[in-house]
Amino acid sequence: MLKDITLGQYFPGNSVIHRLDPRTKLIMLIVYIVALFMAVGWIGYSVMFLFLAGCIAVSRIPLKSIVRGMKPMVIILLFTAILNLLMTPGDTVLVKFWIITITLEGVLRAVQMMIRILMLVTGTFLLTYTTSPIALTDGLESLLSPLKKIKLPVHELAMMMCIALRFIPTLIEETDKIMSAQKARGADFENGNLMQRVKALVPILIPLFISAFRRADELATAMECRCYHGGEGRTKMKLLRYKRIDFGAFCVGVILLAGIITLATFGL
Amino acid sequence: MSEAIRVEHLKYEYPGVDDTPGVTVFEDLNLSIEEGTFVAILGSNGCGKSTLAKHFNSILLPCGGKVYVGGLDTSDEELLIRVRRTVGMVFQNPDNQIVANVVEEDVAFGPENLGIASPEIRKRVDQALKQVGMYEFRAHAPHLLSGGQKQRIAIAGVIAMEPKCIVLDEPTAMLDPKGRREVIDTVMQLNRDKQITVVLITHHMDEAAKAQRVVVLHKGQVAADGTPGQVFSQVELLHKLGLAAPDTTELCYELNRNGFALRLDALDTEECAQALYNEVKA
Repeated sequence: MLKDITLGQYFPGNSVIHRLDPRTKLIMLIVYIVALFMAVGWIGYSVMFLFLAGCIAVSRIPLKSIVRGMKPMVIILLFTAILNLLMTPGDTVLVKFWIITITLEGVLRAVQMMIRILMLVTGTFLLTYTTSPIALTDGLESLLSPLKKIKLPVHELAMMMCIALRFIPTLIEETDKIMSAQKARGADFENGNLMQRVKALVPILIPLFISAFRRADELATAMECRCYHGGEGRTKMKLLRYKRIDFGAFCVGVILLAGIITLATFGL
Repeated sequence: MSEAIRVEHLKYEYPGVDDTPGVTVFEDLNLSIEEGTFVAILGSNGCGKSTLAKHFNSILLPCGGKVYVGGLDTSDEELLIRVRRTVGMVFQNPDNQIVANVVEEDVAFGPENLGIASPEIRKRVDQALKQVGMYEFRAHAPHLLSGGQKQRIAIAGVIAMEPKCIVLDEPTAMLDPKGRREVIDTVMQLNRDKQITVVLITHHMDEAAKAQRVVVLHKGQVAADGTPGQVFSQVELLHKLGLAAPDTTELCYELNRNGFALRLDALDTEECAQALYNEVKA
């Protein structure tokens, strides 16, 4: 039952976006988010939308899986929309009913906010869909490495992320096994009220935790045996190198940002 | 031939927790392993097999006596990295020794730690994966592989560091018969082709029978030491230590007790069958 949990949701592929350096993609995502929040008018939004649509088309990620990823967002979207709808003051009142006032500005604002959030999430999805978790970790480590100067344990964080990703499937498998074992002894996970169900989880969590600690201990020994001694003096098999397409991507990013800022200054 | 591992008057005691007394594992153990040999270490549970293995690359340090690995003193902290480069370790649970979520990245982990240049790592990783016959799986996720395959990845991860000696601590205990055969064949091939010293800790007699030398540990002491033929023919001693001889030897032993006079050093099925045939014919 836990088998269908996917994490990272990476779609292997060989498109231009897949081939970009993970660092480029991370920086581009930041540029994209900044541009998205700078856009004020409908023209600005249209430009952003065209850019995003272009990226999705190039990446050949099926639109269906992006839409599926949106489902958990519905509540947040509705919440933001309703708040903006009700809280925006304006001159053109459309509906006035009891304490509720809906203005034209409010409607426009709500729609804009929804589009903004949708595009923000889609942009991040595009990153995780086209970048393998390990490339993403490498990219983050490399981008954050200047922070080592202020004693931020960048390598350790990246290592932790990598190991966490590695052990997710192993621990899911283990949870499945423990659940079967407890079921075989008569544990009941499906019936009862919320409290009872939460309590039923305890006999799963405790063995899971104990075994996770045991695994951690063994893994630490195994890592030490393979001469792991922190990030110092460590090399990498796959070096990250910026290629021509990365510079192309950066140019597109600069043009996009400049364009949006120009449009914003004219209030478009 | 020079020595790969030398254990001199080893004394080790697990420290006790709070008021409980510590457990003494070794009082005075002496052992020497020649370079390029394939040695199996046998013993019943709690005889100190794994504890001994952990002394071979400084995971545990002796309380008394010395352990030398390729002439390096394992208790010298300065030599730690060199000791671990000389002796690679493979453990029982394949899941708990794989670090990365791509096979080749995991094999690269050791060489990366040693600070080797990237093109050289690439070369070593490819070579190591080819040696264990897992090259076509280099881009796979380790959790989708079988136990035997995972264990071969772990071995590749060790040989990519180019050690002189590999210590395997019950590498087949969690595997099915097919996985066991894969692992043992890989190890034997490494020993034969690359002259890597192999120390195999096991409680499968048929695996030990493939070694050049068998050392039986009992209560922290060497109880028997010699070629598999020499060790396994002492069936009564093995039984007394809570061990069994390989099936073929057990069969001959039982027959001997009923009036036959078979040799006890026939270890594989062919030899045993031949011996039986000769006996029956005569």
